[in-house]
Amino acid sequence: MTDRLLTIDGLTKAYPGVVANDHVSFGIDAGEVHALLGENGAGKSTLVKMIYGLVRPDAGAMTLMGDSFAPPEPRAARAAGVAMVFQHFSLFEALSVAENISLGMENPPKHGELSARITKVSHDYGLPLDPERLIGELSAGERQRVEIIRCLLQDPKLLIMDEPTSVLTPQEVEVLFQTLRKLSSEGTAILYISHKLEEIRDICDSATILRHGVVVDTCNPREKSARELAEMMVGSALLQPQRDAGEFGEVVLEVKELYVPATTQFGTSLKSVNMAVRAGEILGIGGVAGNGQDELLAALSGETPSAEQTVTFEGRPIGHLGPNARRELGILAAPEERLGHAAAPDMSLTENALLTAAIRENLVSNGFVNWAKARTFAKKVIADFDVRTPGAHTAARALSGGNLQKFVIGREVLQNPRVLVVNQPTWGVDASAAAAIRQALMDLAGKGAAVVVISQDLDELMEVSDNFCALNEGHLTRPRPTKGLTVEEIGLMLGGMEEEQEVAHA
Amino acid sequence: MLRLEKRPTPSKAWTIATPVLAVIATMVAGGILFAILGKDPVEAIKIIFWDPLFSEQFASYSRPQLLVKAGPLILIAIGLSFGFRAGIWNIGAEGQYIIGAITGAAVGLAFYPAGGWYIFPLMVVAGAFGGWLWAMIPAILRTRFNTNEILVSLLLVYVAEHIMSAMSFGLLRNPEGHGFPGSRNFRDYDVAANPELITGTGMHWGVVAAFIAVIFAYVVMTRHIMGYQIILAGQSPRAARFGGVNPNRLVVLCFAISGVLSGLAGLFEVTGPAGQITTDFNQGYGFTAIIVAFLGRLHPVGILLAGLLMALTYIGGDLAQLMLSLPKPAIQAFQGMLLFFLLAFDMLVNFRIRLAKSEAA
Repeated sequence: MTDRLLTIDGLTKAYPGVVANDHVSFGIDAGEVHALLGENGAGKSTLVKMIYGLVRPDAGAMTLMGDSFAPPEPRAARAAGVAMVFQHFSLFEALSVAENISLGMENPPKHGELSARITKVSHDYGLPLDPERLIGELSAGERQRVEIIRCLLQDPKLLIMDEPTSVLTPQEVEVLFQTLRKLSSEGTAILYISHKLEEIRDICDSATILRHGVVVDTCNPREKSARELAEMMVGSALLQPQRDAGEFGEVVLEVKELYVPATTQFGTSLKSVNMAVRAGEILGIGGVAGNGQDELLAALSGETPSAEQTVTFEGRPIGHLGPNARRELGILAAPEERLGHAAAPDMSLTENALLTAAIRENLVSNGFVNWAKARTFAKKVIADFDVRTPGAHTAARALSGGNLQKFVIGREVLQNPRVLVVNQPTWGVDASAAAAIRQALMDLAGKGAAVVVISQDLDELMEVSDNFCALNEGHLTRPRPTKGLTVEEIGLMLGGMEEEQEVAHA
Repeated sequence: MLRLEKRPTPSKAWTIATPVLAVIATMVAGGILFAILGKDPVEAIKIIFWDPLFSEQFASYSRPQLLVKAGPLILIAIGLSFGFRAGIWNIGAEGQYIIGAITGAAVGLAFYPAGGWYIFPLMVVAGAFGGWLWAMIPAILRTRFNTNEILVSLLLVYVAEHIMSAMSFGLLRNPEGHGFPGSRNFRDYDVAANPELITGTGMHWGVVAAFIAVIFAYVVMTRHIMGYQIILAGQSPRAARFGGVNPNRLVVLCFAISGVLSGLAGLFEVTGPAGQITTDFNQGYGFTAIIVAFLGRLHPVGILLAGLLMALTYIGGDLAQLMLSLPKPAIQAFQGMLLFFLLAFDMLVNFRIRLAKSEAA
């Protein structure tokens, strides 16, 4: 494989106050699977956006198959043979697969012809997909297939994939990797962005590591351990979160026969959910996105109240209580969606501190807000959780995703909760910050709080949780001790399968 | 080519500068409009913005009018600003204002011709109650049946107008009015009247109430948890629910505030400047207040200034009609431009304009 497909030479892009890419150079051969590694803010997104024509470089040049390549817009990049699968899908839920794909094409063929091509491509690459199904009915993995097939129909020379496995089950990841290997064997190059280092070691031939916008290293990921890769990214030794597995106390939060209707048309309703968390325990809830995670969090936080007896806190029925009444008891939550749910985008961090901490931190007296106290609390969160921001007056939307996530988690952890429910606690957060957040959750449990971690990141759940259960189409499996669970067992649980013999664990 | 770029944080400078820019742009565009109509634009702008306050000939009459007209506008706009901040759209302040005037006036007229210090305060309470009651209709329909509060509140204005005319012809008609429609005039019934408090200023109880409302709104919006919840719900409804804000309670609360303040404005108007319930005493303050609320950027102090400015363009507009025989629609178009430019310039608060490099492929 000496066939140079894409050469990147000295690409530079600066934004006000930050150089996102500083003379980045590397090359990708035809058929090569090339990993792009780096922390949040290392400049990976900017780099692929330049390759895909979404951002124009300030300096530097690219060469694609011997020709100078400077796409002014994504359309030009696609025409030249570059395709991209984004982390967030751009699909219309109320339209069918074929209609969605047709919408993204310059000159869509007739419906029947397109359907036939979709079926053919999906078979050739082992990605089964019915062109007539509505997107809203598809799982996240199937939606990703739609995006991949949309790209494959253009017959790309280079396929860029941004965090493709973050929403997939282990089995789906395996299917995806088979597809990628097949593509690679046919000569398609793949530029692969992921935080999951084991995956990169599994599938990638080479890796370019970015730190603060500069290429710091290149390597063959198969020759390095995941830990070594992580340390190359961070530039220093990585702290592994740890704690002593303590004894669990009494059951603090219990859910019995909880039914919650779906919040949106294509949401998932919760069906007969039962769970219990004890003091000092971290319960991990896995599952692919859209299987009822948002609904479960809302039911626990009090945003969606339920019948009185379905949720109990230390034996006391609280199902009917709203968010603030639950906060008073010590039940706190941090939803997945940072902007617009966990935090108000246009409000300052001080105002956002008030959002959930008003009661427990006594920020309001006689209805009047003690802004000085709120500011002090916000500053404490910023300091303790290493939130990088000019100050507490900064609007939430001005923070990077990872920093805002640290703020959101920190805001709840510092309120000393009895129960903390978090959804995707480290989503989009870089390795060292993720480790810090996990450590904070473990410390919290160590101090006797009951913690529920809902996450799609299985490695994370394996690392932090004592017991593991999975959400599948609104059903929650019985919890099993995390220690000793195999990848296959987890995959089956995520698929909704339960082993009837293994009852005694919970 | 021009391109818009979202600012990381809303610009403080532009928040203050845009209303000023909008007024200047309105003067320029309005000037062009007046020039096309064959009038001297500079003269017309001067008559609208300057003469009402400083012309020797007119100021003695028109200067007090400034507070008379600004009072109800500010009072109603302050009430509306609570809901508008929260994303709750009460378009029917005019109706609440009319009903408040009717209920307040009815209580006063029921006592006629008795005397007593308590009559006027009772009327004030009744006026507030009437406005509140009328506002509760769209609020409860919205919270119970999820009807659209914009439509319901707006349509209730027309219902209120019919009630107003029915009252002028029927129940509240002055028995000594020689058959003319309209109630007794409160100017002839001292204990129920809302007179000018300081001669030559236009100051009456409604203006006092407006100033109190401005201070009240400022304190609530900046210091009280209720103001925080209102702003939060308007910016980010999902975050508000997460923060424990009950959206239905907020709808009822915001409608209640604007209903009460609109009702008060109606009562003060009917007992003061208007003097009596007639078929058209209302002047459309309830609708104009919507413009005032936005012109003031939904901020209490902004609304205070916007109310005064709006009142000025009304008085000046009348004057220009009289002096230059400008047609009324031209004046209305001029007032419309003000809102148009304000909304257009508003964008600069959150976006900056960039000159994009030419995108030659």
